[in-house]
Amino acid sequence: MTTPITLDDIECLAVGAWILGTGGGGSPYLGLLNMRRLYALGHRVELMSPCDLADDDLVAVVSNMGAPLVGQERLADSRNIARAVQLQEEYSGRKFRAVMSLEIGGNNAIQPLMAAAHLGLPAVDADTMGRAYPEAQMTSVAVGDLKPYPCALYDPRGVEAIVAKAPSWKWMERASRKICVEMGSIASTCKAPRTGAEVKEWGIHFTTTKAIGIGRQVRAANRLHQDPIAAIIETAGGKLLFRGKVVDVERRTTEGFLRGRAIFEGLDEDRDRRLEIAFQNEWVVAWRANGADLRPVAMSPDLICVLDSVTGNAFGTETIRYGMRATVVALPAPPIFLTPKGLDHVGPRAFGYDLDFTSVFGSPHSCPPPLAGEGVAGASGGSPPPQAGEG
Amino acid sequence: MRRIGVDVGGTNTDAVLLADGCVVHAVKTPTTPDVTAGIVAALDRLRRHKEVARGAIDAVVIGTTHFVNAVVTRQGLAPVAAIRIGLPTGASLPPFCDWPADLAALAQGAVFMLEGGHDYDGREIMPFDADGMRRAAREICARGIAAAAISAVFAPLDPRHEERAAAILAEEAPGVAVTLSHELGRIGLLERENAALLNAALSALARRTIAGFREAIAASRIAAPLYLTQNDGTVMSAETAMRLPVMSFASGATNSMRGAAFLSGMADAIVVDVGGTSTDVGQLRRGFPREANSVVEIGGVRTLFRMPDLYSIALGGGSIVATGNAGVSPARGRDASGPDIRVGPESVGYRLTDTALVFGGSTLTATDAAVAAGIVDIGDRRKVAAVPPAVAEAVLRTAKQKIEDAVDRMKTEAGDGTLIAVGGGAFLVPERLAGVSKVIRVPHGDCANAVGAAIAQISGETDQVYREMSRAAAIARAEAQARERAVAAGADPATLATVDVEDMPLAYLPGNALRVRVRVAGEMRSTS
Repeated sequence: MTTPITLDDIECLAVGAWILGTGGGGSPYLGLLNMRRLYALGHRVELMSPCDLADDDLVAVVSNMGAPLVGQERLADSRNIARAVQLQEEYSGRKFRAVMSLEIGGNNAIQPLMAAAHLGLPAVDADTMGRAYPEAQMTSVAVGDLKPYPCALYDPRGVEAIVAKAPSWKWMERASRKICVEMGSIASTCKAPRTGAEVKEWGIHFTTTKAIGIGRQVRAANRLHQDPIAAIIETAGGKLLFRGKVVDVERRTTEGFLRGRAIFEGLDEDRDRRLEIAFQNEWVVAWRANGADLRPVAMSPDLICVLDSVTGNAFGTETIRYGMRATVVALPAPPIFLTPKGLDHVGPRAFGYDLDFTSVFGSPHSCPPPLAGEGVAGASGGSPPPQAGEG
Repeated sequence: MRRIGVDVGGTNTDAVLLADGCVVHAVKTPTTPDVTAGIVAALDRLRRHKEVARGAIDAVVIGTTHFVNAVVTRQGLAPVAAIRIGLPTGASLPPFCDWPADLAALAQGAVFMLEGGHDYDGREIMPFDADGMRRAAREICARGIAAAAISAVFAPLDPRHEERAAAILAEEAPGVAVTLSHELGRIGLLERENAALLNAALSALARRTIAGFREAIAASRIAAPLYLTQNDGTVMSAETAMRLPVMSFASGATNSMRGAAFLSGMADAIVVDVGGTSTDVGQLRRGFPREANSVVEIGGVRTLFRMPDLYSIALGGGSIVATGNAGVSPARGRDASGPDIRVGPESVGYRLTDTALVFGGSTLTATDAAVAAGIVDIGDRRKVAAVPPAVAEAVLRTAKQKIEDAVDRMKTEAGDGTLIAVGGGAFLVPERLAGVSKVIRVPHGDCANAVGAAIAQISGETDQVYREMSRAAAIARAEAQARERAVAAGADPATLATVDVEDMPLAYLPGNALRVRVRVAGEMRSTS
């Protein structure tokens, strides 16, 4: 069974996905523009629950790979991502039942909808990150040791590539990244196809409706002159970490990633306090500073969202700057990433920080076992259950 | 150095003469519908002052909101041929794709999309489609479209495809006014293209209006070159302004902030400019307004201009005061026991001198409340005798609260800062405000924007991606290029200083790619 996605849902998705991008993933604005035009031309997209997939259905996992800056010049044509899906079908000789996002955070939340509109397929209400992450092995399907190949890459000049085989997710990242750079540091990609059974077992479920729900609350709060941040916290079961202003941003590129640190000085109830957040494309670890003493207060895989204190919209790590008034909020991580294997892939040590993971939302050991069947991207013990996402 | 600064606002046209760093004389006249007559009147009144008549004038610098108002009010815009060079990329998001329908209906003459453009690393996406461009140019000529905007992918890094397209257009359709997107700056194709489209739509209006400015100066027998101020507080020549009118979009607010810096002698402060209808709050950094980094919308169109980061509220000397059971009153003072009043957002605007109580009218305005409370002497004080003191106090309290909120939003440092109050309605800014250590008022503060125009500098800017280069080397190269541009625009090289450096490593790009933006500014080279 599928349900129609309205254009208003997509407007909300763009806001919510940018928040779930935790600083990275690229702005969803151009994807939203593409969807407005497709809807104006009469295209419509249906959303499909992962539970409704048959075990042997095949699902296309799509993403736009590359540098967000290049995407601001080489504007995404909505047909590109559809072509990447077809390329994968031509290679495997099998038809897809549906498309699904690699990452719900940022611009890639919209990519499956563009492919779905052109191909007449439903979009699965799930992804493999529940947020945005910088590397290919930082997904639930990589945590699940699912097959990382083949991967299809498309450049609208007519360059079509398949990485037919790679021994690991890390090798897939290296090989496909090289191709992407040659294509102009931007490529429409269709990752290794997933079966319905795999999506049901390893996908992070209902993240599209979760993002739409967050975006809807933010838009409603802005319309009614209410506090959008309180609305996000309530909708997504989040926790307020800090209110303040950006007083310093330090950035450097290492190994192709944007790394650095932003320092916030407190306002209101946080006056005279400081918060530091390190990022690798996305916000990774936040410390409260007390003099020279730094105490970690939030870390990946918990989502650290830096939001405009007035509008509730997300600030990206590429564009945040001195003087911005920001509120920092933590949202609960998908439970799959709270397992020991999940933490190997996306815990603080995966980003080079020698910290034992502690959740803003309580001990990881008290969380439910890894997702099976109808899990919802949700909270671990001690936090209120998420209120959006069940559709 | 003797310079005349003119500010053409919606309500008043102000003119000042600045000689050797001092304001010699300042005048205020009403803005006229044809703009030119108001400038002639202002210059005439200025010239009557004996100091003004005494010597030659080095330059006349005009700041105006005329062009941004044309976009906002949808008036005087011409249809534009949009030429996008970048296929096969971006085909599903053509020019005008995110414009409000009413504005697109006025400005969209034709859309052509051609192969070409560049990648971030300097390689061509596709070879430039010269034949396609020639066909487009012939069609533009045949359809009689008088303005065109050309935008190519990554043109800020390599403008050659835009330039080749312009050359073909000049051959096939001579006389068409052409805007090239790379002249307007930043990376971000859609926003840069939007700026080029708006600029092209304004080109005929700009030629007419600036020709009118020149006539006004000639009619006033002033033999001096004409400059217009741009968004960043620096000037462009009248010739450049005729080609790039969008660069003046935010110059009114910028000029008042620069004028405030000059008049107060302060380089870092909060500036509150209270006009007739609205109040702008901004922050000075090193004598220039802090720029907005995010997308700026003009008349509903996303652009990526060099714009000052301003917070505007609907509060001014002409704000209409509603009392009693005036319905919803979101702006009511905190004191619940006080009278139920609302200040703005409606304003009597340029009709202040007809409609306000102190001028014999019947509308209670913020100015009337200030006169009644005895903080300023404007018009006839006896005419506000009937205004209850509690109402006057409530109006001032509401104004204070609105200004405090706006200042708080704009502040970037935790401590209390200095505030410079300028503009015709500066009396609405009280002596004590939360978060402010000191309120400074300056002589000629009501003409701060004309002063800002008179002192405007010449700048040069670059915004590029550098690879395989140290950060220091990349910034040095960008600075050299920005200086070259400033000197080409008429700056005295000896006075050039770097105003802004911003560098940003680019994630995912190989070769340690670094995006560097540098802006330098200096004094105008003396013509004598």
